[in-house]
Amino acid sequence: MTTQRRMPLLPALKVLADWRSEQIVVTTMGSAREWPKLSQHPLDFHYLPSAMGHAPMIGLGLALARPEREVLAFNGDGCMLMGLGCLATIVASGAENLTLVVLDNGIYEVTGGQTTAGAVAQVDFAGMARAAGFATVADFDDLPRWQAAAAETLGSPGPRFVRLAVEPVGADYFLPPPAMHEQIARFRAALGPC
Amino acid sequence: MLTGPQIAAAIAELDVTHVVWLPDSTLGAWEAALGQSPDLTLVRVCREGEAWAIAAGLHLGGRSPLVVMQCTGLFESGDALRNVMFDMRLPLYAIIGYRSYLLENSPDTARRFTEPLVKAWGLDYMLIESAADLPVWAEHYRACQGAGRPGAALLAEGRG
Repeated sequence: MTTQRRMPLLPALKVLADWRSEQIVVTTMGSAREWPKLSQHPLDFHYLPSAMGHAPMIGLGLALARPEREVLAFNGDGCMLMGLGCLATIVASGAENLTLVVLDNGIYEVTGGQTTAGAVAQVDFAGMARAAGFATVADFDDLPRWQAAAAETLGSPGPRFVRLAVEPVGADYFLPPPAMHEQIARFRAALGPC
Repeated sequence: MLTGPQIAAAIAELDVTHVVWLPDSTLGAWEAALGQSPDLTLVRVCREGEAWAIAAGLHLGGRSPLVVMQCTGLFESGDALRNVMFDMRLPLYAIIGYRSYLLENSPDTARRFTEPLVKAWGLDYMLIESAADLPVWAEHYRACQGAGRPGAALLAEGRG
């Protein structure tokens, strides 16, 4: 059963932004709004506007394409519920260079804050990832503990699954996404040839 | 009908690096050959929408994926297709099992809706009815890739 204790989103993301060096980062939904406040890296790819749970799969494709690079893929809890099969798909693929970070705020923030079925059911996302066979699974609802454990967690064998229980941010949701063709061109240039 | 070795050989000649798939009973007969092909990586998904997004990531990463699914999976995964083919404008290519195509007067609604849906998406597509169509398919694949446009091959099936 999941706890209702939550940490503020931006400081939770800052832990990852401070740790990140040359990893590919795939964001979506809430993370796509907040991550650019912390990072303007050319290997950031914002999967917008309606990824509907598929950001981890973009990340998996990148991880399979570039096994020499680490990939960090964000997902929301609502998005996660739309595609729980992705947990099995990731493990079955054999990719070890992927970290899936689920930002769990218990609501569909983009549509106004409706409660997810997962929040009502108190879904244990970390337990699901563990059952699917992720090599490393971690679950944090407390900022100091997340700050202290992040480097070790992210350096553990992959694929990795990290659930961060975070507070909703509010209604100032919509951030105009960068034009997709510009984003792709910048990303590919930074990634370089195979 | 196409055998696994026939399709694996044809795919390998096209420099496809990954086959991202959720098979039906016709496509599923290819599994051993695709899995054993030294030039291909077979990526298994749990639902068809995953396949488009994985293929998009592979393409962004510089690889050449091929998506393989039944037409019912195409129906299911329309929003994911829309994202990667139209918003991201990635020239992904798919082999789509055309369920019940070979059964004349079939009441299968999957048969009725397949081509109208592919046309609605504006995909450049062709029909594969037998191994004799493979050279034409290879030309179609290369033409789509060369032009940077999405494409599909509909594989004629019985009950799929």
